[in-house]
Amino acid sequence: MLERIGARSVDDLFSVVPEGARLARPLALPAGQSEVELAEHLLSLAARNTGAGAVSFLGGGCYDHYIPAVVDAVLSKPAFFTAYTPYQPEVSQGTLQAIYEYQSMVCQLTGMEVSNASMYDGATAFAEAALMAARVTRRREVVVSAAVHPEWRETLATYASAGALDVRVVPACGGVSDVAALRGAVSRQTAAVLVASPTFYGTLEDIPTIARGAHAQGALLVVGANPVLLGVMQPPGELGADIVVAEGQPLGNPMSFGGPGLGMFACRQDHVRQMPGRVVGKTTDVDGKVGFVLTFSTREQHIRREKATSNICSNHALNALAAGVHLCALGAHGLAGIAEACIAKAHHLEAALVGTGRFERVFDAPFGYEFTLRFRGEVRAMQEHLLGRGFLAGLDLGAFDAADAGLVSFAVTEKRTRVQLDSFVQEVAQL
Amino acid sequence: MYPKELKYDREHEWIRTEGDVATMGISHFAQDQLGEVVYVDLPSVGDTITAGDAFGEVESVKSVSELFTPLSGEVVEVNETLADAPETVNEDPYGDGWMIKVRLSDPAEVDDLLDADGYQAFLAEEA
Repeated sequence: MLERIGARSVDDLFSVVPEGARLARPLALPAGQSEVELAEHLLSLAARNTGAGAVSFLGGGCYDHYIPAVVDAVLSKPAFFTAYTPYQPEVSQGTLQAIYEYQSMVCQLTGMEVSNASMYDGATAFAEAALMAARVTRRREVVVSAAVHPEWRETLATYASAGALDVRVVPACGGVSDVAALRGAVSRQTAAVLVASPTFYGTLEDIPTIARGAHAQGALLVVGANPVLLGVMQPPGELGADIVVAEGQPLGNPMSFGGPGLGMFACRQDHVRQMPGRVVGKTTDVDGKVGFVLTFSTREQHIRREKATSNICSNHALNALAAGVHLCALGAHGLAGIAEACIAKAHHLEAALVGTGRFERVFDAPFGYEFTLRFRGEVRAMQEHLLGRGFLAGLDLGAFDAADAGLVSFAVTEKRTRVQLDSFVQEVAQL
Repeated sequence: MYPKELKYDREHEWIRTEGDVATMGISHFAQDQLGEVVYVDLPSVGDTITAGDAFGEVESVKSVSELFTPLSGEVVEVNETLADAPETVNEDPYGDGWMIKVRLSDPAEVDDLLDADGYQAFLAEEA
């Protein structure tokens, strides 16, 4: 190739870079390794992870669900694994159809009319929902419940700091949104009320009442949901939500120390032109055959520039595919079964922990498969001790907000066996 | 293609005035350039618009163009049929494809508009 283009060496190709800007020595890299050596090295690094094999009761937005083998099997197909963005439909029908099916399933789960091709994670989807509501209503203020995950609220605050939104946070009460205070905070300046159900505490919200409070002033309702719980809960779309977002990690995606996540985003057909992100549509080609394409592209920045619905020009295709494969493998009944198992196990553990006398109930509100209790003692010391016994003993909520000091949240998924639950309870009883 | 009884502006709008109310839409040239219109985003009745400002947007499959008004006033009527049949803008730009009616706050602004010949001359210059 060098000969073909008339260059003597690769260095010739960089001749335009000024001498003063060039590195005059070789890069300080170690020598190359064989595959065997490299594998050894990486395994030894991985072995340094503390608690990697521990029985986990951690939640807070990232859950230890079982991923069926079929998910990896489908994901690993090179046509999916290395596919680029499907801008050219002629060569991307597989990718586009997979995303279309994912979108369709998100609509079924959330009870909404249209879904996008996914966003980065639940937190940014939440912030984008606020921005979308502001565009739809042409209002600036959003009212958000303090019962929403603090990191989702922090992300919203980061987006709002650019000046497009005024964020009003309404304190929680009893581990759920203070519905009366939320209603009181809503005015004709409010673009949206934002809540999450389940909340950061694991509790379930009274969506219909919150919806009425928002709609009474012409504000939209944004609901953050858990996609596994949606397998058995009435969809937010049927309860008055105008936009539903979720962190889709529980479906087909590993915890991976916090990411990559999956931002699920669904809204009403009426508002589709203000929805951010990519959308795949189903259509027919010139021969009348069914095909899939990216559609509503005029919302996006490469067409609309500064008036685009968002600066996002991507989606989490592989994570969305994993979620889609997981849902297909489970089916509606399978997903409901998983959700019921999680809920049953969580309620069993909650009662058992309270029964040890070391934890006490603080909230009356119903919960799904995550719950919050107050620990009678030092939370950090308790967690360190139980880690030594092979358990990740929940999330220290005091680390997020000093007002929640002493509170610990536990998530119990279908992976937690009877033996694990009983051992954990025994360890707690002996604290 | 450019009815003589209408006025035009350099943003490819046509204007028909009846008393102090002006009806506006986009010209044959504009709809032809855009291609098949798939969506028209119009203001609401009661909105105030100002000469030179964008009052809405027209979308085709691969582009979005702002709609600019050469006249100021209050929007008194909006063509709701375009919501379900945006392609009317292509089929009948001067008739059923009308977009908004405005009660003029400064009727003298109409004097700055082009007539059909002036608009066609402008198009020839642009080409």
